[in-house]
Amino acid sequence: MINYLSVNGLVQAATLQDCRISDLVLEQQAQQLEQTPEQVYATMAQSLSVMRQAVIDGTYPDLRSTSGLSGGAAFRMKCAVDDSKNICGHLFGSAMVKALAVSELNAAMGKIVAAPTAGSCGIIPAAVLTMQEEHLFSEDTAVRALFTASAIGMVIAQNASISGAEGGCQAECGSASAMAAAALVEMAGGTPQQVSHACAIALKNVLGLVCDPVAGLVEIPCIKRNAMGTANAFVAAELALAGIESAIPADEVIVAMKRIGDVMPVSLKETADGGLADTPTARKLREEIFGA
Amino acid sequence: MNVFDIIGPVMIGPSSSHTAGAVRIGRIAGALLGEAPVKAEIGLHGSFAKTYKGHGTDKALAAGIMGMEPSDGRIRQSLQLAAERGMEISFYETHIDGAHPNTALIALTGTSGKTVLLEGASIGGGNIRIRKVNGMGVDVSGEATTFIILHNDTPGTIAAVTQFLAGQNINIGSFRLNRRQKGGLAVMTLEVDSPVTAQLNRALEQLPNIISSTVLAPQ
Repeated sequence: MINYLSVNGLVQAATLQDCRISDLVLEQQAQQLEQTPEQVYATMAQSLSVMRQAVIDGTYPDLRSTSGLSGGAAFRMKCAVDDSKNICGHLFGSAMVKALAVSELNAAMGKIVAAPTAGSCGIIPAAVLTMQEEHLFSEDTAVRALFTASAIGMVIAQNASISGAEGGCQAECGSASAMAAAALVEMAGGTPQQVSHACAIALKNVLGLVCDPVAGLVEIPCIKRNAMGTANAFVAAELALAGIESAIPADEVIVAMKRIGDVMPVSLKETADGGLADTPTARKLREEIFGA
Repeated sequence: MNVFDIIGPVMIGPSSSHTAGAVRIGRIAGALLGEAPVKAEIGLHGSFAKTYKGHGTDKALAAGIMGMEPSDGRIRQSLQLAAERGMEISFYETHIDGAHPNTALIALTGTSGKTVLLEGASIGGGNIRIRKVNGMGVDVSGEATTFIILHNDTPGTIAAVTQFLAGQNINIGSFRLNRRQKGGLAVMTLEVDSPVTAQLNRALEQLPNIISSTVLAPQ
């Protein structure tokens, strides 16, 4: 039976049995949770439905966050895509709409799925749902991809962290991006080895990213970093599917991320004391929202 | 850890610690009161005090007190709902020495005049710890089925409770006891391995020297 101690372990097991990583994860999780595979699958399918609804709710033009700092970006992006005015084509534009929509909905106290956290909740839905829509994949393909993404997330959580307070934004949006990249590769029919390379590439690209939220709120820069994390997931998946490998294996990248998080100053780990949070504009916004 | 710890929970944003965790703390306070609250006075410590408005922590705590779950779409309107239900609710900034940065001190008064005072911390990822009940130290995560039993500090009360549970074939995973003073008010917290019905809890409440027993389903 598989465990979640290393990405390589998952890749070896899936390669040996000539199956997808998600097949093994679904089977193992059913045992662990003492449920049938159908029950476990149904819960994940329900999460995918919540993600889809969040995209719809988050694209509402008048959506605004509790603080008033954010809202409406997903709608603007959608207008650009609908008018074919965006420069990167429909798939990419549509993925940006979703990433912004889910993140903005989160800031506006809407219903989302933490994936792996609320601050990074836009990346996996944007990647998986866009891939499904643009390439006409079945619901089953999309639900299964979430199991592969979760497995990668569990390895990262066990060997590093998925919390911005512990590891900076690399641990939140970075982990989500690596998980999304893994999901995309599996959806596209890539090998387990390619899943691993995509995960490594995605995470490498955001190593060192700090968590510096303005006024301590999950809005600036978090919402746009969800768009970035989604783009990065597509970059990593595209490279891996073309047969490009990461020189540093995924498991070593994860350990590197942990070490970077460990030496990252506390002011850059969700305390809102440094980085963007300590700019003149951020200080002004903070004062406007919370008083002096 | 399982896949739904990573992709999940389904929750109302924006922050698992400032929103989802706050709902859970509020829910436990509401459950302990066990009747409709007419008044809630909520002290906020640390990061909760500094950022509660922007994160909606106030709305989340109110929603929890009214029994909502972290995924309830009504959390955004919970302060209006509280007003409609006749619950007077107020927030103030406080400092609790040594407390976790995301700590709330909730004082509830119910329709019968019953009061509950609860101190809880949101420790990350939506996970919580209840630190004090009516001023007495506890350590409740809410992850397992949990009894919070207020009782008089008299010989045999613990034995009566554990024997009762043994008789129902309920295994105890953890046990903790604290009291205000010798022979005074005491609190027992027990985590058990199987679900508990309301009927069973009512029977437990009939044991001698038990003031109240609250069962929290795992969340």
